[in-house]
Parts: sequence; C-alpha cells; structure tokens
Amino acid sequence: MTALVERAGLAGSNPGALRGHGHRRRKERSDARAALAFLLPNGIGFLVFTLVPVIASLVISLYSWPLIGTRHFVGIANYRALFTKDSTFRAALLNTLYFVAAYTPLNIGVSLGLALWLRGYSRGRRLLRVLFFVPVLTPLVADSVVWSLLYTNRNGLIDEAVHAVFGVQGPNWLSSPHWVMPAIIIMSVWQGFGYNLLLFTAGIHAVPELYYDAARVDGASAWHVFRNVTLPLISPSLFFGTVLTIISAFQVFTQAYVLTAGGPGTSSTTLVYWLFEKAFDDYALGYASAIAWVLFVIVIAITLLQMRLQRRWVHYEV
Amino acid sequence: MQNRRAVRRGAVARARGAAGDLALTVVVVAFVLPIAWGIITALKPEADVFDNSVQSLLHATDFSNFVSAWNFGPFGQFLLNGVIVGVLGTALTVATSLMAGYGFARLRFRGREPLFAVYVATLVVPQEVLVVPMYLFMRDLGWINSYQALIVPWAFSAFGVFLMRQFFRTIPVELEDAAKVDGASHGYIFGRIMVPMVKPAMGILGLFTFIGYWNSFLWPVIVINSKSMATVPLGLEYFLTQQGYIWNLLMAGGTISILPGTLLALLLQRWLSQGISLAGLGGR
Repeated sequence: MTALVERAGLAGSNPGALRGHGHRRRKERSDARAALAFLLPNGIGFLVFTLVPVIASLVISLYSWPLIGTRHFVGIANYRALFTKDSTFRAALLNTLYFVAAYTPLNIGVSLGLALWLRGYSRGRRLLRVLFFVPVLTPLVADSVVWSLLYTNRNGLIDEAVHAVFGVQGPNWLSSPHWVMPAIIIMSVWQGFGYNLLLFTAGIHAVPELYYDAARVDGASAWHVFRNVTLPLISPSLFFGTVLTIISAFQVFTQAYVLTAGGPGTSSTTLVYWLFEKAFDDYALGYASAIAWVLFVIVIAITLLQMRLQRRWVHYEV
Repeated sequence: MQNRRAVRRGAVARARGAAGDLALTVVVVAFVLPIAWGIITALKPEADVFDNSVQSLLHATDFSNFVSAWNFGPFGQFLLNGVIVGVLGTALTVATSLMAGYGFARLRFRGREPLFAVYVATLVVPQEVLVVPMYLFMRDLGWINSYQALIVPWAFSAFGVFLMRQFFRTIPVELEDAAKVDGASHGYIFGRIMVPMVKPAMGILGLFTFIGYWNSFLWPVIVINSKSMATVPLGLEYFLTQQGYIWNLLMAGGTISILPGTLLALLLQRWLSQGISLAGLGGR
C-alpha cells in the first residue's frame, strides 16, 4: 500500500526528500522522548480504535455472539454457515460483485471521458468540474432521496423519458428484481464520478505540453495521442483512482438501505447491508463479523491483484 | 486557394465547436436535473407533485414545504449536530495527524519503520470490519447516542498520519538544522517551522475529514438513536421514515440536506481543483 500511494504521487513529486536523511544519520542520536510525545496522541487512538477492533472483529467472528446473553466459541462455524446455508449471503455477494463490476468501469469511463473532454475548454471548465463534484460533497442519503422521485413509476421523470424515447412503459425501477441494481448503479455513478474527474484532471494537467506538441508534429491522430501519450502518462492516477473506486464500491450500503431496504426480496441486498441486518436487526454479532471478514479478505485480495497487474500497464517514469 | 481552405477549415472547426458546446450543455443539464427536479417538486403543492405539465412547473413557487420540512426535521438541529461533529472531529484528526506525521517523518527512534508499516497496513481496512467491536466498545463506555461516539472513533486515522508524513518529508531538512543549531526544541521546530509549511496539506486533510464526518451514515445509524443527536444524513433518514412518501416535503428535506455541500463546493471552487492536485492525490 505504501508503494501504491507513494508511487501514485501522494508523496508529492520530490524524490530527493526520500533520500534527504543521509546527513542526519551521521549524528546517530535518538529522539525517542520527543517521538513518544508526538506519536502518543494519535498512537493511543490508533491502537484503541483501529488495531484492537480489527483483531476483536476477527475474534468475534469465531464466536456465536448475541448482543445480550452468553457467547460461546464456535470456530469457523459462522463462515461455514455463510457459504453453505445462507442463500441471502450468496445473493448479497453476487449483488455486490455485480455492483463493483458495473460501477467501476462506468465511473472510470465517465470521469476520464469528461476530464479529457473538459481539457479542450478554457472558459467555465473549473466551474463545471466543481459542479460535477457537488454530489460527492453531499450526503448519499440526500442524493438517494432525490433519485427515488426520479425512479417512481407514477409519472417519474425517467419513466416519462423512457416513454418518450422508446414508446414503451418503463420498468418499475426500484421494485423490479431486474432493474433495481441498474437503478442503484446509475445513481451511484452520477453521485460518485466527480471525485475521479478531479483526480484524472490533475493527472492530465501534469502531462507536459511538450509531448502533445511532439505528437502533433508527427501528425498523430487524437486516438493515437490518447493511447500513446496521455494514457501512459496518467496511468498512475488511473491506477490509484481505480483501486480506490473498487474498494469503495465493495462497501456499497447507503443506497440499498435508503432506496430499497435491500429489496425487492434480496435483489439489492449487498454484503454490507446484510452485515448490518445481521448485526443490528438480528443481533448476531459473530455472524456479522464473519461477513465483515469475508468482505475484508476480498478487498485485500483484489487490491493485491491490482498491484501485481499494474506492472503491465502503469508507467511511473516520465 | 490556401486561404480559402483555411477559412473553410475554420468554419468546420467552429461548427464542430458549437456541436461540442451543445453536447456539453446536454450533459450538464442531465447531470443537474435530478437535484433541480427535486427542488421544483419541493416547490409544488401536494396535489401537483405528479403533474409534469409546464403550467404546474410555472406554479411551483410554494416555499412553505421548506418551512414545514425544516421545522419537522428539525433540520436546524441536524445541521448543528453535523457542524459540531464535523468541526471537532476534523480538529482532532488534523492535530493528531500533524503530530504523528511529524514524528514519523523527522524523529529518529527505534522501531519507527515497522510501526509505520503497521499504520500503512491498516489503510485498506474497511470501516465495516470495525463497526461491530466499536459498537460494543461504545456501549461499554456508555457513549451510545452521544457526540463522542460520533467523533472519537474515527479521529485517529492512519490516512491522516500517512498524508502528513509524506508532506513533512518533502520539506528540506536544512530549515530545521539551522534552528537546531540555535538550540530550538522539537516543539518549536514543529509549531513554528514545519506546520506553517504544510498548511495546504492540512487544508486538504481537513476538508476531506470534514466531508467524511458530515456525510457518514453507517456509523450514525448504528450508534445514534434519537433525533436530537442525528447528523444530516441520519436526520434525513428519520424524516424519510416518518413522512412516508409525501414527495414535496421529502424533496424539501432532501434539497435542504444537499445545500451545504453545494455551497461548500462553490466557495472552495478554486481551491478544490488545485487542492487535489496539490495533495498529489492525482499528481504524478
């Protein structure tokens, strides 16, 4: 992860600073006492509110742990139950994978496309980028509430539009088992792409104009310029954005909670929604923690996989 | 001949430009439409909510829904709670991240790198892994339904420490060395030399931390159980369940909740686009 973020440029572009410790090392003194004072405030909180809960969560997942009453150790029984008995969990896993698989490319495609498009405008483009960023700054609950009106099948705006364009009655989005996930995905892309738009814009603007001039002199087409100049040069931003987008997509919850309560049936039940239900409606804390760890392991595995694959397509040298 | 071709090419480019402008306008309108439609609906009397005729749109001037929603919420309380939680949480996060970031970037002590590696390793831990034990912990502390419960658990993020450390490392060491020769303490160097130099990074961390608190939903749903402690997202969710589907009121509540973020975006316009590239979140 360090490598990921550092390489993606979080460190700022000052490679010298990373090596700037040489002459301090000569003194070989320790600042242990000062370090304790500086690290303690964060360190205690980090220990109590991050490290301990992570371990505790794993331990709890090995127990049958009701909110009230006695708990007892069950080993991996919760995990076994998840994968053998729990059909809702299976649905939640599939819905979440569906969400990630559709949301991620849509989000990246829209934000990258718009970032490239807006580059050609000199006036008003900053305002537009900020406009697209607005939903990122607003509560997802509020965005969901506003979209729930669009999705109604009683003269809802989207149905009207579908009727006008295709001449057919639109689906009843939020109560159709087939359309509920697409509805949630569309809304989520609308809400979330603004972040990556700013991210990619920053990457695009860091590409030296020189490269474009050179490409133009060679008579390269717009596609060639994109494919051979822009894309490799912004690949670190693209990689960073994709990793973060996928991680956050796996955590999809609010939309399902507010718009559909996971329904109809289990059609929009996601992993986190099911975790929440299990923990805070059924009070099965051990079982819920097992769901959390399955989610965690998936996220880690996919992140590691991406870091391995990045060698094939991400270029860090300019 | 050359000239005429150039003129024609200019005309083609202009036409293409106009088409591009038109397409962009369509995109922008489509993007704004959900919120705009929410505001329009919020301005309609209840009987008109599903009347999409132009006439009903022109008559959408009924501000009373906003007043009713505001009072019923009560949205004043939700906003206040959001500000209290957001400001205190942000202050705590930025302060502790600055200190620890400085410690990791500049102070020499045994075990620094392994300890930092532990911090970094937790960057990928989803919040969902933490909430169950954290809920039990809050219950044992007697913090259920309190500001502390909303603020404290998330104020010691590894991300803040990581970000600040990266920025401190970009500052040339010579600056502090000079101060050290003059016998300055770490406290002085930190407060007077280092912190002022990472102000932009502080701003970015502060903004994103505040937004995180402001929009957080999963945790408040778990740990808060009364209107009087609800932040905006949770308050709106209560409003939604209690109002049922009285659309004009619902949209009034929804758009009230969207307003603060919108204002923030417009206010920080210049700073937002620069900020992200500055923090290097997308820099190369």
